[in-house]
Amino acid sequence: MSILGTRVLRTEDPRFLTTGGVYTEDLQLPGQCHVFFVRSPIAHARIRSVDVSAARAAPGVIAAYTGADLADLPLLAPPMPQMISDQMGQPLLARDVVRFVGEPVAVVVTEEAYQGEDAAELVDADYEPLPAVVDPARAGEPGAAVLFPEAGSNVAATFGDPAALQDDLFDGCEVVVRRTILNQRVAPAPMETRAAAAEWGEDGRLTAWIPNQGAQGTRSALATMLGLDEAGVRIITPDVGGAFGAKFGADPEHAVVCWVARQLDRPARWTETRNENLIGMTHGRAQIQTVTIGGRRDGTVEAYRLEIVQDAGAYPRFGAFLPALTIMMCPGPYAIGRAEAVARSVMTNTTPVGAYRGAGRPEATAAVERAMDLFAAETGVDPAEVRRKNLLPKFSEPHTTAFGAVYDSGDYVTALDAALAAAGYQELRQEQDLRRAAGDPVQLGIGLACYVEITGPGAEAGGPKENATVEVHADGSATILTGTSPHGQGHATVWAMLASEELGIPVDKITVKWGDTDLVPEGGGTGGSRSLQQGGAAVQQAARELIDLARDRAAAHLEASPADLVFDPERSAFAVAGDPDAAVPLARLAETSRLLVRTIFSAPGPTFPFGTHVAVTDVDTETGKVVLRRVITVDDAGTVINPLLAEGQRHGGIAQGAAQAFLEEVIYDADGNPLTATFADYPFLSATEVPSFELADMATPTSYNPLGAKGIGEAGTIGATPAVQNAVIDALAHLGVRHIDLPASPQRVWRAVREAAAEKGA
Amino acid sequence: MQLELVVNGQARADEVEPRLLLVHYLRERCGLRAANVGCDTTSCGACTVLLNGRSVKSCTVLAVQAAGQQVTTAEGLAGPDGELHPVQRAFREEHGLQCGFCTPGMVMAAAGLLAENPHPTETQVREGLEGNFCRCTGYHNIVRAVLSAAGAVDREVTA
Amino acid sequence: MIPAPFDYVAAESVGQALELLAGFPDDDAKLLAGGHSLLPMMKLRLAIPSVLIDIGRVAELAGIRVDESGLVIGAVTCHADVACSELVQAEAPLLAHAASLVGDPQIRHRGTIGGSLAHADPAADLPMALVALGGSVEITGPAGVRSVAAEDFFVGFFETSLEPGELLTAVRVPRQQGVGWGYQKFVRRANDWAIVGVACADGRIALANMGPVPLRARAAEEALAGGAPVASAALLAAEGTDPAEDIHADREYRQHLARVLTRRALEHQR
Repeated sequence: MSILGTRVLRTEDPRFLTTGGVYTEDLQLPGQCHVFFVRSPIAHARIRSVDVSAARAAPGVIAAYTGADLADLPLLAPPMPQMISDQMGQPLLARDVVRFVGEPVAVVVTEEAYQGEDAAELVDADYEPLPAVVDPARAGEPGAAVLFPEAGSNVAATFGDPAALQDDLFDGCEVVVRRTILNQRVAPAPMETRAAAAEWGEDGRLTAWIPNQGAQGTRSALATMLGLDEAGVRIITPDVGGAFGAKFGADPEHAVVCWVARQLDRPARWTETRNENLIGMTHGRAQIQTVTIGGRRDGTVEAYRLEIVQDAGAYPRFGAFLPALTIMMCPGPYAIGRAEAVARSVMTNTTPVGAYRGAGRPEATAAVERAMDLFAAETGVDPAEVRRKNLLPKFSEPHTTAFGAVYDSGDYVTALDAALAAAGYQELRQEQDLRRAAGDPVQLGIGLACYVEITGPGAEAGGPKENATVEVHADGSATILTGTSPHGQGHATVWAMLASEELGIPVDKITVKWGDTDLVPEGGGTGGSRSLQQGGAAVQQAARELIDLARDRAAAHLEASPADLVFDPERSAFAVAGDPDAAVPLARLAETSRLLVRTIFSAPGPTFPFGTHVAVTDVDTETGKVVLRRVITVDDAGTVINPLLAEGQRHGGIAQGAAQAFLEEVIYDADGNPLTATFADYPFLSATEVPSFELADMATPTSYNPLGAKGIGEAGTIGATPAVQNAVIDALAHLGVRHIDLPASPQRVWRAVREAAAEKGA
Repeated sequence: MQLELVVNGQARADEVEPRLLLVHYLRERCGLRAANVGCDTTSCGACTVLLNGRSVKSCTVLAVQAAGQQVTTAEGLAGPDGELHPVQRAFREEHGLQCGFCTPGMVMAAAGLLAENPHPTETQVREGLEGNFCRCTGYHNIVRAVLSAAGAVDREVTA
Repeated sequence: MIPAPFDYVAAESVGQALELLAGFPDDDAKLLAGGHSLLPMMKLRLAIPSVLIDIGRVAELAGIRVDESGLVIGAVTCHADVACSELVQAEAPLLAHAASLVGDPQIRHRGTIGGSLAHADPAADLPMALVALGGSVEITGPAGVRSVAAEDFFVGFFETSLEPGELLTAVRVPRQQGVGWGYQKFVRRANDWAIVGVACADGRIALANMGPVPLRARAAEEALAGGAPVASAALLAAEGTDPAEDIHADREYRQHLARVLTRRALEHQR
């Protein structure tokens, strides 16, 4: 009986449920001191002076530092130097200029944690305000404040060439719709904020405990920021309380904590407050999108254009690059004859934008799914029909799109039909009709999203790959070393399942380790939904190679030919074929010398999970309040190794996607002051705002790895946002509403209803 | 000032400053680090513990306010032999946790909820947990876990 | 995220609390009951008292009873106890309902009725509820005990008519048995403060978050009293209001909500 595909409970859980996980804030380093950051209260200003003398004299203060103290350290350079202007580096502590509210300006270091906040209040920073640019639509215009005069403009990167857009792309289309829509800025807001603990050894080596999504990448980022050789840095990854794309690599604060530890020759630690997290951790999304869609009255789409302005924030981080992924995925699962896309990333005096669950692909799906509904409304064709008409037909051989994405396998129409059936689409439309006829103040909306997304992209040289080491011990247990970096995904359980399947060792006797760069010096981390299809595949491969290696030892042990031996996972033993008593347990073969294999699994490329989400909303036309009634999804990510965990990933993704659709948004005022910088103001989703979700199963294997698995981690987010948004608008379509920007807050919804009524009356 | 109270059934006496938050008292002085700090505005509930059997957000209680009272944390919920409390067991069985950061607070809030309402509806569970944020699970399996535990929980949660 | 340092003393009686209060200059000492209005402010360093006088366990301030005038609720009764009290549910169900909606369960286990009223957040449930109920607060000070009607108690944005050295000791609500009541709290998210709230009982309509204090929708009340149908009376609910604008709602939307929610509160009375 294969363990794969079964609902194995997580081996991680007992300790999380009793003593709790051990997160960075839980670690105790003897002799530690506490670091507290002083941050800019103003969005754009020249720093006249930063006076830490009063802070230095406060109780418990060991030291206080400003940007001047770190002047010999390099700036945090923007990623993708070949694509993004390198004139836009960020000092670890601001030096001459601050460019966003929350930018670190100084640190105070204290004996006790509570003293830090007291001392920080005594730091006296004097700023000369500069004009701030907050609206990305304005950031590229002449006259807008320029954040980096040396760079010449606020444009950090461009993708595609606007001059190359074809004027005649929509010629011949019977219907053309064009709309500028917003994919709003959101805060990743993992429950664990950012943190770091650092200490330097006698040997001059740095050991840093940092919650991250890939210790190897964090080591590399820290080493660069501190001007160190990577060999001189060890990263250890404690339990991580959620990441969602925003804990890759390292932020200036992490490097400053390490630097402080060296300065003071004492372990140093830092945990940010939630307020700091909501303005200091990179934000997500933040695209202004102009969609143009054209085609025939019968609902056939012939042409599509997407123009993006990416708000990159004050310093280019990964978010400045994300439009490249949006462009790559812009046609989605559709066969659109002519499509083109361009983007530019611009700097604004706001928190830098980074990756957030989906990282560029939710934006692509949200745009094309809005466009599909706009097109459906204009042509009068049912939104499900428009989609069915335009989806790529089923394919099992790789399909290359006009944007260079090679979709590995796909069956989009089946996913659409399955979701519609599970939702009871016809019945829902009937109920909608009844409520419309009755003029019910609470209207019903049904929203769809068909998506395909790219997982496991593997930007590193050599393409997508991951390493794994599997070792069997003489006592019958096993250890796995993985280059992935779970933070809730359950790799400890699933990698153990994969090895257990091959080795016949029970899951609870298999320990999985990750996140310590001394133990696992190489690895791609966890993000982009890569882990199972690369890291899991590597574990399976290593276990299989271990059996091959063990076979030779068994042959020697049993004095038989390797070809005559059979490995029986049920017994976890080799036996001579036809003579089960002539057997040797696998563990025995580890007695005289270690029995381990390290392997690298290389994938031929990224994979493309797909699906359809259907959302059902009640919309109160009098107040604008949206109640999410149902979310029905098909998320096909190929073979499912542990359905319990795969469902959990889908649930979490759906909730985050739905939250973006009608609740969450980061808001700045015109001067760049953040207005949603606490959990009281930032409308973080609670249990009352979402229903239980309805998941339908579909698994179209990929040929890209022996597991047949694609990535599931981000799919839920990608499908849910447009499905919920479309549902809200659909509820009001009969009133003439064609679009409501994300998020569909009550005030926005109410406004849309009113404006549509005014237009009708006019 | 002197503080005396009972934590997970053990009497304690400590010297504390008045502004020490109960959550930090539990974490730093008692070494009970399951409860986490997740926000600054009494919003997220990651710090939830039971005070005299009722769920409270320990980030918004001064340790000194708990003088002479009984505090129960997630560490104290399991049986003396380490056997999982029905709520903890249900969270595991229903995959009601992923990264685990919200979990101790969520479990304590659930335990408090079931102590007051042993057979809640799904809506009552969701409303009962509105003070506990989770970013990973989408709440779906948390709700299932609480409903599952509802059948198995005693009315009283003993300290 | 951590309050500035302060001294702390636990009072054992109302008398002792008054003595302690008298010993400190205005605003230097704050009373602590459940702490769920005060401590969040202190953690954000928006309030920096040098002394906290804990009255959370003063026995005289606890308890719910009924006398000739109606319900008498001790100031440090927590919202959960107000919500679950059979007495309150029988005598003033609107109040029990309002208390059941404050924050979330954990907050309701700590926050107190006295604390919430003294905090005087115009967006909160209990101030609006008390105004709708025609209730009053009992205030004890060095000069003795006085009673202030709810409407006169809230004088400004987070400001009450409590004088320095005074303590809110009880809340009184006239008996409401058989009186229909309505309650509408409009939020974006479950444990938020109301974007707009409406409570109505016995001809009174109170509004939350439509101004610096809970307001009476007098034009709507008069229309109703004059026999106007609910729908048209409700259209007057926002008369005389000047609501603030924030990230959730601008002025126009708030006034619209006030009208809609008033109509619904009146239409769906229990």
